[in-house]
Amino acid sequence: MTFGSIDSSYTRRTLTSSARALASLKVDGPLLVGLSLIAIFGLIVLYSASGRDLATVLKSATRLGIGAIVMLLLARVKPGFLRRAAPAIYVLGILLLIVVDVVGYIGKGAQRWLDLGLFRFQPSEIMKLAVPMMCAWYLHERPLPPSPGDLLVAAGIVFVPAALTAAQPDLGTGMLIAIAGVLVMLLAGLQSRVILVLAGVTALGAWFGWSFLHDYQQKRVLTFLDPQSDPLGAGYHIIQSQIAIGSGGVFGKGWMNGSQGQLEFLPERSTDFIFAVIGEEFGLVGLVLLVLLYLFVVGRAIYLAMQTQETFARLLAGSLAMTFFVYVFINAGMVSGLLPVVGVPLPLVSYGGTSMVTLLAGFGILMSLYSHRKLIRS
Amino acid sequence: MAAKVRIKDQWKEQRLFEQRSVIGGGIIAALTVLLLARLVTLQVVRHDYYTDLSQGNRVRIEPLPAPRGLILDRNGTVVAENRPAYQLELVREEVPDLGDTLRRLAAINLIPTDDIDDARKLVMSHRSFDSVPVRLRLDDEEIATFAVHRFEFPGVDIRTRLARSYPYGALAVHALGYVGAISEQDLGHIDRAAYSGTTLIGKLGVEAAYEKDLHGQNGSREILVNAQGRSVQRQGAFVPNLRTVTPVAGEDLLLAMDLDVQKVAEEALGDRRGAVVAINPGNGDVLALTSRPGFDPNTFGRGITRVEYKALLDDIDRPLFNRALRGTYPSGSTIKPAIALAGLVYDVVAPTDHRFCAGVYRLPGSSRMFREGRSGRHGSVSLVDAIARSCDVYFYDLANRLGVDRISTFLGLFGFGNITGIDIGGEKPGLLPSREWKRKAFSRPQDQVWFPGETVNFGIGQGYFLVTPLQLAHYTSMLANHGRSFKPRLVSGVRDPVSGTIRRFAPEKGADITASPGQWQIVMEGMEGAMRGRGTAAATAGRNMTYDIAGKTGTAQVFSVGQNEKYNEKTVPERLRDHSWFIAFAPAEAPRIAVAVLVENGGFGSTGAAPIARKVMDAWLLKGGGA
Repeated sequence: MTFGSIDSSYTRRTLTSSARALASLKVDGPLLVGLSLIAIFGLIVLYSASGRDLATVLKSATRLGIGAIVMLLLARVKPGFLRRAAPAIYVLGILLLIVVDVVGYIGKGAQRWLDLGLFRFQPSEIMKLAVPMMCAWYLHERPLPPSPGDLLVAAGIVFVPAALTAAQPDLGTGMLIAIAGVLVMLLAGLQSRVILVLAGVTALGAWFGWSFLHDYQQKRVLTFLDPQSDPLGAGYHIIQSQIAIGSGGVFGKGWMNGSQGQLEFLPERSTDFIFAVIGEEFGLVGLVLLVLLYLFVVGRAIYLAMQTQETFARLLAGSLAMTFFVYVFINAGMVSGLLPVVGVPLPLVSYGGTSMVTLLAGFGILMSLYSHRKLIRS
Repeated sequence: MAAKVRIKDQWKEQRLFEQRSVIGGGIIAALTVLLLARLVTLQVVRHDYYTDLSQGNRVRIEPLPAPRGLILDRNGTVVAENRPAYQLELVREEVPDLGDTLRRLAAINLIPTDDIDDARKLVMSHRSFDSVPVRLRLDDEEIATFAVHRFEFPGVDIRTRLARSYPYGALAVHALGYVGAISEQDLGHIDRAAYSGTTLIGKLGVEAAYEKDLHGQNGSREILVNAQGRSVQRQGAFVPNLRTVTPVAGEDLLLAMDLDVQKVAEEALGDRRGAVVAINPGNGDVLALTSRPGFDPNTFGRGITRVEYKALLDDIDRPLFNRALRGTYPSGSTIKPAIALAGLVYDVVAPTDHRFCAGVYRLPGSSRMFREGRSGRHGSVSLVDAIARSCDVYFYDLANRLGVDRISTFLGLFGFGNITGIDIGGEKPGLLPSREWKRKAFSRPQDQVWFPGETVNFGIGQGYFLVTPLQLAHYTSMLANHGRSFKPRLVSGVRDPVSGTIRRFAPEKGADITASPGQWQIVMEGMEGAMRGRGTAAATAGRNMTYDIAGKTGTAQVFSVGQNEKYNEKTVPERLRDHSWFIAFAPAEAPRIAVAVLVENGGFGSTGAAPIARKVMDAWLLKGGGA
């Protein structure tokens, strides 16, 4: 079924020039279009969310540009090379994480990045890609569904960097790293009973882990459960973002006319809470449109993952696709009050951070994995 | 087999992956539906609720204080107004170092050094972006000083605001009162909502009594604010229809007071401590009401400094004390016309009765001597003479024959022992002694008895009997009016500041005293006699009269003179000298003014107080006042 369509599209000799160009760049057209639409929408919103600060928009556009270049470059890299490089990248990432933790410990405070002079570099961002790559690499040679022993090793691969990141402390990113790795295992065909057991263990771990959370992290969870308990403190974010979204209604208050955002009632309006700005200014229509764009990208990414033929490629591509959705859902869920507040930006829209580059790098890898597949099944 | 060898099955794995992807897709779809449901809940179902919240977030109500009503004298001269005042305001968050800034402001004499701590507290009690006045009412020189140093003081600037101003300063301050910052105590009896935005409130006198009329209705304005509560100016669709409720200015008060008369009264008192109250007997209008020394009410409006307030409180002359309403003194001989009238009304004395005054009075069966106050002996005196020449012996005898009960009852008819009900607060009732009063006032049984000797003293206004200058003026006005009384009033009407419509208050009748015209005539003759010939005030207030005056002097003892001593003004320290009283009304045949003058430690009524009363009456009558 699906194969036929690919064969036909690729074997057809009446490719348009742009399609040919994309093909030679190893770039997936629909995915590129989807990502571009989101990015453009994001920049438009950012102009409003930053208080009409063109400089912010330009900076963000520059980051998107860098991300796009990284994406195009990675799209050309052969999957085999990526697979072979996975362990090296992973080990390097772990080392950098340890360095950051040590520096942070010495500096007595949260430390998430390394100052490389020219720019700040967040090693945990690498791990968002390195962990699923490493997991996929490990499971690539092994028969699937994975054996208990393989699972243990894979779990270790996931746990170490996730724990190191959470210790920075950056619980949000640590969690995202873990999710990326776990998704690889799930896609590898983790048995249902193992999933159930793991779910139980996770619940238990969460219960134990509670005591290890920092005060502010505990507070975030508690205020998520009851935002009104601390309306001017930790609950303020959630309350104000819900007011922003709710008051936007179906059609919104109009671009640059959202009072919650423009009058700064909404905290972190251009970064983590930009979803609320969209809700306020573009209403339900704007949010649904954005969610549909994200769904299109995720759907296309999963579709591409399913087209790949190697285990490594499949697992990695599938994980990257689904992780992207997880990002979207966690951010949107947090801003709309479905989930507790964790510092996860809205992919490709939120201002700042190296996450934009990481995300596009992930899509570059995904395109590479897809476009370098063998056309005829061996 | 020890280990089951598993071989990678690409096709099976592909199927497995696809299966998992489909499950994943399903979960994604489910979560998306959950998210969309949440968004619909927020944006459709609860849209109105959140719209209200967002509206409430960004709209703040800012009060617009109503301009306080003006106060005008009877000729339309403004005596209390609102003038733009320049004040030094400071925004904490724009000031690099608050303590240093305040010290440097003190160094160039813009704030008093003593007030630095208070200013700091005041600033700290406001939000960091509020503009807080640290110094009110800058004068031109200070404005110039600041202008030179302005660049050294980021976050400090001069602002204009409406402030209460009394152009005549201390003039009539005890009648007008003043405005000051709203205190905790004030908050107890005002509607806080109605006063939001108002910073000053009437503290005393007319300003306090007519607070309701003067205050007006504060308006409000909705303003757009950001999350920090700061007012912002923005354009666009989200700017709601901001409503403004225009404030309604307070009503202007029209005083019964005549500023010219008031000025004359104050100037005549000069540096002496005392009080003058002048009333129009025909309607109760208070033409002048002064208590000296006074103080400048403007200091309260601009924010009185600690040092200034302490100086006022510690002043031995008690400038904050309203002698006219709250000072209680023995009436001295000024009460004699009332005692005489009582004698006539109760028929214990006939107009033709003569008594022989030998300078001393003894109660029948008693050796205690009651001396003539001043001029030795009067010889044979009629009732008219007794009033005119203030013969104590005559009144000792008359009082003794009337008895305390009748004196007390009759004086009560003139309002003694009770507040007059003037339209400002703070009045003291004085003290009208009676047998019953004495029973209650003393604890020892032997003191609870009323002694005949006390009645004798009562007859010349000494002893327990205490009156305020206002009561005495009110009494004089009743005498002038042949017993008809009106409640004294400082305010005779209000004016709408917008339309200019004037609403006059009808004079308020009080309780009257009934006596026959013949009886009144005796009293009038006695009081007119005091101003002529051998009368007590003939040489002072009575000199060169161009109209007929009826008056009565009085001397209130501060210091008790022993049984066999004579009071000698020169040997008694100034503050123990007698208080000087004078009451008068004129023109005698159709009175248009009744005056009571008190000069503390002023000695005899004729020399201390009488000339002042004359000047006050001249000021009113010679320009045709009340005609």
